[in-house]
Amino acid sequence: MIILENVNKSFKNVKVLNNLNISFEDKKITVVIGRSGEGKSVMLKHIVGLLRPDSGRVLFNDIDLNAINKKELNELRKKFGMVFQDGALFDSINIFENVAFPLRQHLKLSEGDIIKKVMSGLNDVGLSGIESKMPAELSGGMRKRVAVARAMILEPETVLFDEPTTGLDPIMSDVINNLIISTQKHFKYTGIIISHDIEGAYKTADTIAMLYEGAIIEKGDAEKFKTSDNPVVRQFVTGSMNGPIVI
Amino acid sequence: MDFILRYFERIGLFVLYIINELGSLIIYLWNCILSIFRYSVNLNNLFDQMSFIGMGSFYIVGLTGLFTGMVLSLQSYYAARIVGVTYMIGPTIALSMTRELGPVLTALMITARCGSSMASEIGTMKISEQVDALEVMAVDPFYFLSVPRIIASMIMLPIMSIVTSLIGIFGGYVVYKFFLGLNGTVFVDMIYKYIKLSDIYNGLIKAVFFGIILATISTFKGFEASGGSKGVGRVTTQAVVLSSIYILFADYILTSILF
Repeated sequence: MIILENVNKSFKNVKVLNNLNISFEDKKITVVIGRSGEGKSVMLKHIVGLLRPDSGRVLFNDIDLNAINKKELNELRKKFGMVFQDGALFDSINIFENVAFPLRQHLKLSEGDIIKKVMSGLNDVGLSGIESKMPAELSGGMRKRVAVARAMILEPETVLFDEPTTGLDPIMSDVINNLIISTQKHFKYTGIIISHDIEGAYKTADTIAMLYEGAIIEKGDAEKFKTSDNPVVRQFVTGSMNGPIVI
Repeated sequence: MDFILRYFERIGLFVLYIINELGSLIIYLWNCILSIFRYSVNLNNLFDQMSFIGMGSFYIVGLTGLFTGMVLSLQSYYAARIVGVTYMIGPTIALSMTRELGPVLTALMITARCGSSMASEIGTMKISEQVDALEVMAVDPFYFLSVPRIIASMIMLPIMSIVTSLIGIFGGYVVYKFFLGLNGTVFVDMIYKYIKLSDIYNGLIKAVFFGIILATISTFKGFEASGGSKGVGRVTTQAVVLSSIYILFADYILTSILF
């Protein structure tokens, strides 16, 4: 289980995370929603140890990420997969090598086994036949699907998605949402998604949490969010410019 | 009075900046060295970088060496003719190239060509979250991106320095024999007579240091990129300028120690 306890983080005197407390249930999908600049990506980076909190604790299976050394953190990171907002595919190598990268770095597999796993991974995301292409030759949606294949290739315990549907058309957004649901059912990972996409959140999430002013103000299932009487949540889910959220 | 104070404040800030950069660089280099011992170096990655720095820079360092040698030959001739020592032009060119110009010009040209590329490539990876992706995949970015580049530079700079020096001496010989109409055998004989082995290997020691300096600064600057394409442009410029300054500074220090 992943738990963030009283996490505070500031950048140049601007408080981004303000006594943040949240836990992510194992083998379920939690979607954290919130406006841009509310600290969703910062929260995600704390979970994988890319950022360290000014105070508070980030626990992964009861291990405090701040209390371990770099080597131990790297061991822990092998249990994570992450899909970055723009895919973060390595642009100097082709799609095959991008997906094969974690395998080559961490497992001693024969070339035949690597080919088999990469092909199967790309097939799972519906992208067979693009192995020799370079990332720049792919559309945004294809890049994200390759990023999903790369994140899944080591069959991690936890997969983090940083705004997986941002910048995609509604159809491609639905493709990505279905991909998340199907891969989660297949690999049984703990999914943490940060997103602005309310419809996507309703579709993919077991639990939704809303981050506002650096803290979680509401957490529950889709139904709870649809019927929430919290004015901030209501304004956000209805997409209204009128309400307590100051623009 | 205020103006004078502000002037000294600026100088102070600049000195602090340089000390801070130097300190950060040393810590960064130390982390890279630790990475070498922590993990084995990826040979494919290393050979790619060696090829990029070495083979890829062959024409530019070759041309630099050729024209430098030719100009040296002409300039030395005008001075040597006056005192009647034109037979010393060969050793003058050879000494200048092996001890000084070969390593320094090679380092500056490779900084311009490869240092800028290292900084911009890593800078682009940084701003497009590829460096974060490496970290999340439990791959040390220093080990994966910096170490092969630093080791490759350390190996290739002396080799390219030899290439520059040899082509420079050849360029000098061509001008000496075919344009100035002097005796080519004297040119070669005098080089054999006056050049010592220490002149060559001390030049190569310099080149090793220059290789470490240019790759360390360039990769370090790449990791400092932020703020989009402008940020990448800024760190690339800083990488080339700082590398060049540190190479020239190190040249003076090494020359005073080695020769």
